[in-house]
Amino acid sequence: MNILEFTAVVYLISAVAGFLGSLTGLGGGVVITPALILLLGVDIRYAIGATLVSVIATSSGAAAAYVREGFSNIRIGMFLEIATTVGAVLGAALASKTPTAVLAVIFGLVLLYSAYQSTRPHPQPSSDARAERLASFLRMDSSYPTPEGPESYHVHRVKAGFSLMFGAGMLSGLLGIGSGALKVIAMDQVMRIPFKVSTTTSNFMIGVTAAASAGVYLSRGYIDPGLAMPVMLGVVTGSIAGARQLAEARTHRLRVTFALVVAALALEMIYSGLTGKI
Amino acid sequence: MTRPATKWSDVKVEQIIGVLLQAGLTLAATVVLGGGICYLFRHGSSHPDYRVFRGEPSDLRSVPGMLRGIAALRCRDLIQLGLVLLIATPVARVAFSVFAFAKERDYTYVVITLMVLAILIYSLAGGPSAGLH
Repeated sequence: MNILEFTAVVYLISAVAGFLGSLTGLGGGVVITPALILLLGVDIRYAIGATLVSVIATSSGAAAAYVREGFSNIRIGMFLEIATTVGAVLGAALASKTPTAVLAVIFGLVLLYSAYQSTRPHPQPSSDARAERLASFLRMDSSYPTPEGPESYHVHRVKAGFSLMFGAGMLSGLLGIGSGALKVIAMDQVMRIPFKVSTTTSNFMIGVTAAASAGVYLSRGYIDPGLAMPVMLGVVTGSIAGARQLAEARTHRLRVTFALVVAALALEMIYSGLTGKI
Repeated sequence: MTRPATKWSDVKVEQIIGVLLQAGLTLAATVVLGGGICYLFRHGSSHPDYRVFRGEPSDLRSVPGMLRGIAALRCRDLIQLGLVLLIATPVARVAFSVFAFAKERDYTYVVITLMVLAILIYSLAGGPSAGLH
């Protein structure tokens, strides 16, 4: 395979991954890294660097559409970004000291968990109307648009959410993924933020978190332009197409199928890591 | 929660951020595409080698290096600059938020946002690895 063919293959894989990732909400990065490693024999560090860049692209593209609709909560996002960015810088710094086999196993485990999480139903919005002191002080309580007019909500357990976000940021920096699944859990299940608000705010945060580790990756020489170029352009094309499709698609079956693919890649990553092939 | 004046400017801020992110992404993708076409024209028929990790050469690790590379007409440096523009987009978003919160006189969030911006700038300057190279 010469560079032209290689670029075309990477572009296609990334476009399909971006398309399915945006339809299912899993993000394209979760399949691109293992696909580059397992199918094309790319070193895990180059794969992580290229995928990280594409994570920023999808986040910016999707966030640009979401913020204008008024679902995302900038205050929640900004406050939690203190935790995710510190975590991301540490994670990125740790990545170069972690053996690649260990990275592969952790990656596989996170993938398995994200796949499982993506097939579960959304939690019901909280009915607890009590406000939390810290949340009120940080002016996080807000409202979001519904067909019946604005619906207000309270934010709970800010400190626990903040700690979980530190972990999400660290994994994001270590593995070059958005770790959207973890962010949504912290916001949905711990802070009990309504689903629409948590997913859009999480998407919004993913770009900033990834940018925090990208600086470290760039200066360490993990980001190869020849590889990152088709990954980024492919993911952008795919996710734009996916976002257009989203309104009509019946996503449940697709979500399950995609989750199975991700789970299979996850097991292969873990196996390769354990047998020392990565 | 029900402060109409703040609410209005929150919405306005979110709209500006939306435009900012879109513009950053479009600009970055255009530069990456331009560099990519140039790279494929020149190197399309050679063989890719990503099996063994060597790390990128120093010109691809910093913006001044990329600019020197672009001046020497190296396409890979142009792609890399596009990727840096992409990384810079969320950073610009955070920088703009500092200004927006200051305009709303929400000083708690000016401080919070400045902290996030400081971490980002630290990372872009190379983070914990800066001293090693």
